[in-house]
Amino acid sequence: MSNRAIPATYATRLGDNALVLGQRMIELVAASPELEEELANANFSLDYIGQARMFYTYAAECEGGGRTEDDFAFLRPEHEYRNLLLVEQPNGHFGDSTVRALLFESWYVLLLESLTQCADEGIAAIAARAIKEVRYHLRHSSQWLVRLGDGTEESHARVQASLDKLWCFTGEMFVADELDDAMLNEFNGPDLAAIELQWQKNVAAFVAEAKLEQPDDQWMASGGKQGKHTEHFGFLLAEMQHLQRVYPGAEW
Amino acid sequence: MSKQEWPLYEVFIRSHSGLSHRHAGSVHAADDEMALSNARDTYTRRSEGVSIWVVRSDQIIASDPAETAAFFEPAEDKIYRHPTFYEIPDEVENL
Repeated sequence: MSNRAIPATYATRLGDNALVLGQRMIELVAASPELEEELANANFSLDYIGQARMFYTYAAECEGGGRTEDDFAFLRPEHEYRNLLLVEQPNGHFGDSTVRALLFESWYVLLLESLTQCADEGIAAIAARAIKEVRYHLRHSSQWLVRLGDGTEESHARVQASLDKLWCFTGEMFVADELDDAMLNEFNGPDLAAIELQWQKNVAAFVAEAKLEQPDDQWMASGGKQGKHTEHFGFLLAEMQHLQRVYPGAEW
Repeated sequence: MSKQEWPLYEVFIRSHSGLSHRHAGSVHAADDEMALSNARDTYTRRSEGVSIWVVRSDQIIASDPAETAAFFEPAEDKIYRHPTFYEIPDEVENL
């Protein structure tokens, strides 16, 4: 890979995580349990979509091939998306969405922290902007985890089930592939092994405070980084890309 | 299913240029931390503030509208209590 190709591909992957989680949260608009929660969710999803736009625009700039952010979002097929399987998981109930956000954001905050120090200035600059948003998102999701876990008997049982269900999607976050290695070695990028240790510590603290049980070590799903997605992902893309697919180049 | 409302909190925000907190509105929240988060998400997304106070609405002691006359009108005819006879120099800010 040429020197610019590594940050381009890496920024695309970061954009994919942000866009897919943002799209999942957009699906919840007008479905929140409280008005204030509605505003928080909608704003957070827009934060993520804004991050995706920055990452895609930067990736296009690195490529120098004339693609735009919209090409990345609306015209790529499923297997070209390299987001984590975790972020594409369906919203489920409020506890499911909360746990999904918490598990991802606990990782994403550490990743962005590391990326602010990386040798690629473009990615470092976007990471520095994004991290302020994501720190707040994590504050929100972790408070909800504690509220639900340490809440009523029913909320505790339901959020425990969410944690058990989504845990198998966390392993993928720490498995470095060729691109992660290239970022680490050539651009002083994130060390996923170090992030894993910190993540485990942080998540264990949230889980304990929420009076939940951390799931046992288990088989971990992976494939997102290779473009092999879970069955839910095609439906997400179909809805998100429908307009551009049916009316190519449509604008408003 | 009966719908139990979360308690109401009043939100006060100090803006960038402001010297004191001003009442911005109210939010519902299940606890104090959530009230602060909700206030932030509802009222400061367009960089309106640098500081937020929230307080449970039922903790505010308010004057009784029926007593408005007794409370406030005696002050109205005492113009000498208002410093309206001075010229304020332009250089004086935040008065």
